[in-house]
Amino acid sequence: MKKVLVLGATSAIAQSTVRLLAARGASLYLVGRNATNLDAVAKDAATRGAAKVEQQALDLNDTAAHEALVERATQALGGLDGALIAHGVLGDQKACERSWVDAEQVLRTNFLSAASLLTVLANRFEAQKAGTLVVISSVAGDRGRQSNYVYGASKGALNVFLQGLRNRLAPSGVAVVTVKPGFVDTPMTAHLPKNKLFASPDKVARGILRAADGRKNEVYVPGIWALIMLIIRSIPEGIFKRLKL
Amino acid sequence: MSDAFQSWGRFPRAARQAAHPIVWQTDRLPATSGTLLPYGQGRSYGDSCLNEGGTLLTTATLDRLLGFDAATGVVRCEAGVTLDTLLRLAVPRGWFLPVTPGTKFVSVGGAIANDVHGKNHHRAGTFGRYVRRFELLRSDGSRRVCSPEENPDWYEATVGGLGLTGLILWAEVQLRPIHNPFVLTETVPLENLDAFFAVSRESEPDHEFTVAWVDSLARGRKVGRGLFYRGNFAPPQFDGLPLAKSHLSHGSGLAVPFDMPGFSLNRLSVAAFNALYYRANVLKRGQRLQHYDPFFYPLDAVQGWNRIYGRDGFLQFQCVVPHATARAAIQEILERSAREVPSFLNVLKTFGGVPSPGWLSFPRPGVTLALDFANRGERTWRLVAELDRITREAGGAVYPAKDARMSAESFATYFPQLERFKAYVDPAFSSSFWRRVTVAPAVQPAALPLQEGAPLPAVPLRSSL
Repeated sequence: MKKVLVLGATSAIAQSTVRLLAARGASLYLVGRNATNLDAVAKDAATRGAAKVEQQALDLNDTAAHEALVERATQALGGLDGALIAHGVLGDQKACERSWVDAEQVLRTNFLSAASLLTVLANRFEAQKAGTLVVISSVAGDRGRQSNYVYGASKGALNVFLQGLRNRLAPSGVAVVTVKPGFVDTPMTAHLPKNKLFASPDKVARGILRAADGRKNEVYVPGIWALIMLIIRSIPEGIFKRLKL
Repeated sequence: MSDAFQSWGRFPRAARQAAHPIVWQTDRLPATSGTLLPYGQGRSYGDSCLNEGGTLLTTATLDRLLGFDAATGVVRCEAGVTLDTLLRLAVPRGWFLPVTPGTKFVSVGGAIANDVHGKNHHRAGTFGRYVRRFELLRSDGSRRVCSPEENPDWYEATVGGLGLTGLILWAEVQLRPIHNPFVLTETVPLENLDAFFAVSRESEPDHEFTVAWVDSLARGRKVGRGLFYRGNFAPPQFDGLPLAKSHLSHGSGLAVPFDMPGFSLNRLSVAAFNALYYRANVLKRGQRLQHYDPFFYPLDAVQGWNRIYGRDGFLQFQCVVPHATARAAIQEILERSAREVPSFLNVLKTFGGVPSPGWLSFPRPGVTLALDFANRGERTWRLVAELDRITREAGGAVYPAKDARMSAESFATYFPQLERFKAYVDPAFSSSFWRRVTVAPAVQPAALPLQEGAPLPAVPLRSSL
């Protein structure tokens, strides 16, 4: 990935990935909601060696703006050969249970806006018969649990969407990489008590680039989550529904 | 509340402090009824980076590089960026830190707040002299860009201001050019303290970097026996070396994985280490070319080296004594330590007369000595209190960033601009250190001026262990 569009560039995982891409001398088009914070990330990337950094402040829930956004990014970088979809919200499960407005917000940001962006990007990458789409999903999408099933559903839907897209784009040589991080120590999880399973954004970022370079299909980062989720998925539903997970 | 944020000396322990990560320059400071204190990499040794009962504003996530001008060597970055990150950026482009402490794992904000010094103080002065500008966020929400020209009083209060004047958001630092990442160093054996003064005097005009390691158990006429290191950045004839590949992460595989049992550091092992160190290094006398990393940061090669002191941690004591009284005071400090509580590592250097802009800056003309003591409770505290007294009587000062024990009386004596500084302390900011050294002696037993042999009140100090 040499010319990369980064959606949700101010997220902790995206920032770490941007640093690694910048150190490789990639050209970057960064998108985030807060212009001031985005500016700091852009300066950081430029100082660390990115060949070119362009930025645009945008609320990605505005799906009507996606087509123009991708066009602008392509123009600015003189083409696109990679995209990282890293924006998302954790949401408050309890609030989502009480109110559809809250639940819809999580589904809208994590699934609908990502699906919209992927539609635009997929058509372009398919036409140019090259490119890598990297999407940050979550282990939470592997099985619905009472503690965060709205967030989990948004990521689960995203995973299925990506599977189909991968299937569709395989003949055109476009890679679709689903990244499933476990717990990551970021501002999104600042309120949660930390344990040994929490990985640093830097570690996750290295896993993301490894997966992108290797044009992998679905990866768990860190790898231990493949085993953990295998076990979680294997628990029969009759037992699972009585667990407090 | 967590035990995760401690000082490098791990003494005193602060058990009840909350952490609030600062992620963006646009963040607001948290509303709390308690006090706030910026916390970077926790490389201060005592309690100046602790805020028992309050909140730490952690800056590890405020770590973006904001710009670097390869032509002028000016770097701009957020306050949580470490010197290590700056070196990775600057060295391949032919620049180096103007002043560096003995570890590269400190944040830029911390380097400013403690106005750190290095082996080139006799020539360059302190880190603060090279900080062109920074932005300070106060708890009332106000933001000030500070420099020698803009808000100069805030600038001078904050350089060396121990993080008490507000939160530094970003800073601009002037780097110095280098031809390559190598230092031409020379090791000169020292017989005693007189030799140190002679070699120091002779070395300073021609050497940018000078420092001495001193055998901590040498006594009598041998006090001051050690090794003098002096060096300069290597000249341009080494320019053929590939700069881009010059960042060497030496020793990154070494780490202390757990607390060493407390008994592993005793008089015998300290003596053995010091004797071995002398023999091993005296053989390396003469000139050699060395990569900057092991020259400036020998201890960084062992991650978490502070854990060799065990769970009870250690105390570092660093003082500076004016030239006029240095000979006698340094001799007395070294002898008392050798006799009562052996120090693991002794470092001796002369400070020059280059003034710092900081009101509370520690370096001043004279001789500086740093000692490391495993924390053995009262015996250690009593000795350190005595060393504080000797320093005070010699007209010197103790370094707040290395301190866990100085008295309030000493602090006021060491920093004559203290009253002026107090007006610039943010009303919401405080630290364990600040409360310890500014409360009235009658309220805080730990701050009582100590007489030799006087029993030390142990209870209030122990309670935090």
